[in-house]
Amino acid sequence: METILSITNLHKRFGRLEAVKNVSLKIQLGNVYGILGPNGSGKSTTLGIVLNVVNKTSGEYSWFGGTMQTHEALKKVGAIIERPNFYPYMTARENLQLVCKIKGINYSKVQEKLELVGLLERENSKFRTFSLGMKQRLAIASALLNDPEILILDEPTNGLDPQGIHQIRDIIKLIASRGTTILLASHLLDEVEKVCSHVMVLRKGEVLYSGSVDAMSANEGFFELYSDDSAALKSALSEHPAIEKITEENGKVIVYLKISLEAAALNKYLFEKNIVLNHLVKRKLSLEEQFLELTKTAAN
Amino acid sequence: MKRLLAIELQKIWKNKASRVLTLSYFILLTFIALIASIKIQIGNFTLHFAEMGIFNFPFIWHFNSYIAAALKFFLAIVIVSMMANEYSYGTLKQNLIDGMSKKEFILSKFLTVAAFAAVSTVFLFVMSLILGFSFSSYTELGIAFSGLEYLLAYFFKLVGFFSFCLFLGILVKRSAFAIGFLLVWAIFEGIVKGILSFRIFPDSDISEKIMQFFPLESMSNLIVEPFSRLSIIKTIGSQIGVNNLKDYGVHWYGILIVAAWTVIFMLMSYKLLKKRDL
Repeated sequence: METILSITNLHKRFGRLEAVKNVSLKIQLGNVYGILGPNGSGKSTTLGIVLNVVNKTSGEYSWFGGTMQTHEALKKVGAIIERPNFYPYMTARENLQLVCKIKGINYSKVQEKLELVGLLERENSKFRTFSLGMKQRLAIASALLNDPEILILDEPTNGLDPQGIHQIRDIIKLIASRGTTILLASHLLDEVEKVCSHVMVLRKGEVLYSGSVDAMSANEGFFELYSDDSAALKSALSEHPAIEKITEENGKVIVYLKISLEAAALNKYLFEKNIVLNHLVKRKLSLEEQFLELTKTAAN
Repeated sequence: MKRLLAIELQKIWKNKASRVLTLSYFILLTFIALIASIKIQIGNFTLHFAEMGIFNFPFIWHFNSYIAAALKFFLAIVIVSMMANEYSYGTLKQNLIDGMSKKEFILSKFLTVAAFAAVSTVFLFVMSLILGFSFSSYTELGIAFSGLEYLLAYFFKLVGFFSFCLFLGILVKRSAFAIGFLLVWAIFEGIVKGILSFRIFPDSDISEKIMQFFPLESMSNLIVEPFSRLSIIKTIGSQIGVNNLKDYGVHWYGILIVAAWTVIFMLMSYKLLKKRDL
């Protein structure tokens, strides 16, 4: 599979602060990647380095296998960084036309992309009259102008209301379904979970985890149980071979598994021991809970 | 190159303030022609500029270049803001991400500045030609077209000055402060000149020889003031007892120094851009 971007052992130091420590990543065609991390973890700095706006301290990165210079590669890439930056005195259409000039493409796509993000009726309004949501959408339109092979989004839903977030997410899903590779940096974990296939978790500049989203949530899940006689429940559970750990939370018994176990099988087992359940729920840890878990253990 | 120029011109033209200033500049350039109608009365004395030989060939090249060069401050504001605004709007970052290299960015600014200087020079040429053929006492082609070196000096003076403005725009990143810095620098050069001429090397021209290497001074030296060259001023002067033997010519080494400063400013701008994390 073709590697679009490869980052190897990237370091960035700002004075005494090591913002990015030994980050390595390979982006392959067709996948959707998420870079997760709390604020200050180095996501935007890493993206800034590969996008030619921040100078690396050491390490390597290369676009499209190193076949072209970074600024040429960027003409084939669509990117949005933290805040949308356009000329306030120019209209939406004029701003996009300027981007077309920079990328060396003709103006034909401007109309289409404005329509895609729902800004067509405001195409002749000056950028300074736009709300934050509109600015963000214009930024997405600008990133899509040249039908890029890879779209890089740094916190695309920053500052948007729920409706705005929903709109952006739909646009991202639409683009992903068309086969565009996407690199999404966010701290909105359920967004990443819904859209991405691979994820890299950063904290204070270091990579905590890098791999597929499924593998990250690959633990077997857990059960939430409640029975009138919780002592009997617990002792019955402790005899079951698939169970790793039993804890109690808010009156409910939480059971962690070490191997796969179906809800029906557990129900049957307990019933055979004369334990009747009032409440039985099987859950997997959400990405958010995993993330918090990962970053908590890293702090220790 | 055309693409880079087109990008910059769009950025400037769509900005109302820049557009107004640029247009005003070019309009004012053409108003130099109005000097022709100035008449000053001093007692019984009438100074009618057009009849004083201001517009005679080849003096007109010198005179008009000098006056036109004074208007460069209008464009200075446009140029400094065209650079500083890219920082305040965050659009420098955006341009780089969209696929412009840092080298292309600097080049686009320089091309624009050179274009402004070139168009100004053409304006000056056409206007002076018209004024000259209208008012000059000598219109033989040989005389009309001598003295064109002042146009060359004018071009270099503008390019040099505008490069300095671009550099300040990148260095300071804020229009108002960059212009302020320019003024402070001008004062600084004045102070150094004063100290050298009156304190350290009085009664000699060593101070001039040193000062000619300073950026603003070198630009100003390219076109020396033309007023004391007018015959009427010379006459007044000699009656008071002042005999001036100034060198009014354009010298190749003067152009070289300004060209060198231009290169230095552009290179420093590029280096600054490369070094900074945005």
